[in-house]
Amino acid sequence: MSTLNVKKSAGPLLEVNGLSKHFSVGKGQTLKAVNDLSLTVQAGETLGVVGESGCGKSTAGRTILRLYEPTAGETKFEGTNIYKLKGSKLKAMRREMAMIFQDPYASLNPRFSVADIIAEPLDIHGLAGSSKERKKKVESLLEMVGLRAEHANRFPHEFSGGQRQRIGIARALAVNPKFIVCDEAISALDVSIQAQVVNLLQELQDSLGLTYLFIAHDLSMVKHISDRVAVMYLGHLVELADSEDLYADPRHPYTQALLSAIPSVETGTEQPKERIVLTGDLPSPINPPSGCPFRTRCPLATEKCAAQMPEFREVSKGHWAACHYA
Amino acid sequence: MSERSNTKELTKELFRKLTVRPPADVVLGESVPIWRDVWRRLRSNRAAMAGLVFMIIVVVMAIIGPMISPHDYWTNSLEHTNEPPSGEYWFGTDDLGRDMFSRVWMGARISLIVGLAAAALDLILGVIYGGIMGYVGGRTDEVMNKASEILYAIPYLLVVILLLVVMEPSMWTIILALAVTGWINMSWIVRGQIMQLKNQEYVLAARSMGAGGSRILFRHLIPNTLGPIIVTITLTVPSAIFAEAFLSFLGLGVQSPAASLGTMINDALDSWTIFPWQMMFPAVLISLTMLAFNVFGDGLRDAFDPKTRK
Amino acid sequence: MENMLSVSDLHVSFRARGGEVQAVRGVSFEVKPGEAVAIVGESGSGKSVTAQSIMRLLASPPSYVKQGSIEFMGRDLLRLSDKEMESVRGKDIGMIFQDPMTSLNPTMTIGRQITEGLIKHQGLSRSAAKARAVELLSLVGIPNPEARYSQYPHSFSGGMRQRAMIAIALSCNPALLIADEPTTALDVTIQAQILNLMKDLQKRLGTSIILITHDLGVVSEVCDRVIVMYAGQVVETGTKEEIFRSPQHPYTRGLIRSMPHLDQPKHEKLIPIPGSPPDMLQPPAGCAFCSRCEHAMEVCLNNDPELLKVGESGQQAKCWLHHPLAKEVQQA
Repeated sequence: MSTLNVKKSAGPLLEVNGLSKHFSVGKGQTLKAVNDLSLTVQAGETLGVVGESGCGKSTAGRTILRLYEPTAGETKFEGTNIYKLKGSKLKAMRREMAMIFQDPYASLNPRFSVADIIAEPLDIHGLAGSSKERKKKVESLLEMVGLRAEHANRFPHEFSGGQRQRIGIARALAVNPKFIVCDEAISALDVSIQAQVVNLLQELQDSLGLTYLFIAHDLSMVKHISDRVAVMYLGHLVELADSEDLYADPRHPYTQALLSAIPSVETGTEQPKERIVLTGDLPSPINPPSGCPFRTRCPLATEKCAAQMPEFREVSKGHWAACHYA
Repeated sequence: MSERSNTKELTKELFRKLTVRPPADVVLGESVPIWRDVWRRLRSNRAAMAGLVFMIIVVVMAIIGPMISPHDYWTNSLEHTNEPPSGEYWFGTDDLGRDMFSRVWMGARISLIVGLAAAALDLILGVIYGGIMGYVGGRTDEVMNKASEILYAIPYLLVVILLLVVMEPSMWTIILALAVTGWINMSWIVRGQIMQLKNQEYVLAARSMGAGGSRILFRHLIPNTLGPIIVTITLTVPSAIFAEAFLSFLGLGVQSPAASLGTMINDALDSWTIFPWQMMFPAVLISLTMLAFNVFGDGLRDAFDPKTRK
Repeated sequence: MENMLSVSDLHVSFRARGGEVQAVRGVSFEVKPGEAVAIVGESGSGKSVTAQSIMRLLASPPSYVKQGSIEFMGRDLLRLSDKEMESVRGKDIGMIFQDPMTSLNPTMTIGRQITEGLIKHQGLSRSAAKARAVELLSLVGIPNPEARYSQYPHSFSGGMRQRAMIAIALSCNPALLIADEPTTALDVTIQAQILNLMKDLQKRLGTSIILITHDLGVVSEVCDRVIVMYAGQVVETGTKEEIFRSPQHPYTRGLIRSMPHLDQPKHEKLIPIPGSPPDMLQPPAGCAFCSRCEHAMEVCLNNDPELLKVGESGQQAKCWLHHPLAKEVQQA
């Protein structure tokens, strides 16, 4: 599952075309959170999405799951545009896709027992069966994520952050979805716990054949878990490539700066690297710059960048970037 | 530095690798549902518990009080007017010779019925109206919120007086007036809570699983608002009780021969220096009842949210 | 060199519903003039409580210092009156907090927030304070310092606010700067800017720095010496190179191993530390890491290890593996 099989006869599991999501923020202004996003996710792969806060990665993830209605564009899941679905078909689609959230404290209802949390998707879709069957399903899910059956009657506040995140994963898996959006699923956890959860996600992917959209700001973790990585800046996709390729040979100047900004644990083996420190701050997505969104902070920016939005093009095989000079 | 725990002489045996390590993944504490947690904090608050005990006594007496007294509350007895408390008349009699003990507990019964009605209105109108405002949001919220603001601007007393144009003064006037304005505060509290909660990730999670609006509202949002709802109710009840007593005192509420604590205080007003018990029993009862509800409500708020307590 | 700050055997607890949360359990360390020291640990390790105890910023109750001392330039900070402490805070010790959004007062201009300390502690006149404040703003790399001086925090971005916080913390030339997770709330590209700034300022002004962080990467950028905390105790100290190249405590080793490296081969499994940290209401009698440690020995169960010297330099690890008897058993 580690290599991306483009030659596979079936189409991609998920196909996003020209997706935009704008929010009205009053006074006639709109916040352009996601602009013209297009990407595909193959069955069984992990597509990482990185970017800084406000780049629109979380909004993109939520719109792809139709937690937000899009402003424009479509998301096809197994060939069906999910924004066209209604009623029972929409509900059925919700069984195929799930989400794991960032905050292991806010994403579990404090008044629900662990059993009720994990069984909630089963209850919603009427799949729980008798109370005995429901209990059995909850217990097997708990074991699948490394918790014990006797935890079923406890409440979320009795668990540590990592354990809660496991509960959230068990809930996401309850209805056997094919596609899971992990929205900063490990960002709130301590370093030693992050590795536990990442390993669990990888094991589950191998055993259940899951497909992940892994949204995060931690570049080293994204590289570790992803087959391909998409980089977003100010609501735009700026680069997309195989993860090895992206980290070895970043083409967009923003990706280059982002990679060089990662503070590394010096183990003595690495050469001290040349650091590109970006000047200035992220422009406001309410009032984005003309042309290339990155040009206000870009060391390479020219007049062309202000005048013309760079095309998102394939700069080498399977490696896409939106820069005139990539 | 670590002497305290080094109990044994260090020997070579102690440095063998452990075959079985203690469990590394502990689940903290014991399983305590939130309700039991609230109850535990409440129980340690003495004032609130005293309030609770007093509330229970008042409720019990309002039910059985008039029955255990040898005299009913409405029969005049001209031989026994203005008698002080005695073995025969436990709280004495009023100027028409009616048994004060029965009358006081009948008055408490009316107080509690009004309080209960206020609570029910809060719970039904306030919670649902506020829940819809908060959950639906947008234009609906704007319109409904404006409407509630307009209603809130009408003074309660004015509503009562207007109602008296079309109906006889009674307990029902007071309850009807409460139905017009009494629940608005609750609706605002619920609205605020729901607006805050509906962006919580667990609500988003439920939506991502395909949960519908009513499941989200009634399974996720309102249960998580129960704390503030209950606290608001325990504070609405005493103010409704006081409103009833006050209006009856002014003659705008319950009328004789029905007994309200307010009318009894009014009746006793002219001669309270001569027959102080006629004033004292109803006045003390209403004061203590309100105090009990308020103290209990405060204690409940602290129990639900220990951070507000110093 | 003389120590500027020396914390010894500090115990800090919180009263909680279930009993006493022992947040800091016997922490000792020193900071020399001009040195940058990092205190590293995960949430609940007691690193922030230690920092806030130095500044005496913890509310009491529920917190209380059970024992220990904090000597700063010859005075025990724990014995100072509140009044005396006020003159230490801001003047001798500056502090930067994690959240630049909430640590600035939204109703005061940035300029006033900087000059406040200058006027109070250094007795500067209003105009002299203003000149100094503008100078500080440009020192921390805020463009247009004159214009920025009279603006309110809401017109500053997150990175700019953190720069302003640093300007405030440095306003009275403190001898020591405590930075509590200064870049955690910031994005990587902004984090890089702030870390560069801190490194640069430390070189130019000679301020000692205590950097509190959970991010080992941040540590390696700024600090010379590292203190690793776990479950309210110091488990390892050493220079940055020692800690990263040859960590001697199993926890430190596990922490470094559980992080992915950019040059790591693809799909190589991470090696996590199993389990979760202990409940600080009932910290274990022996080594706090015992239940998660692959090398756990019988002695670890009930005997709290001491900080033992490892190697020739100053590196120390709080682990029984470095006891002479452990080495004998291993060789046998």
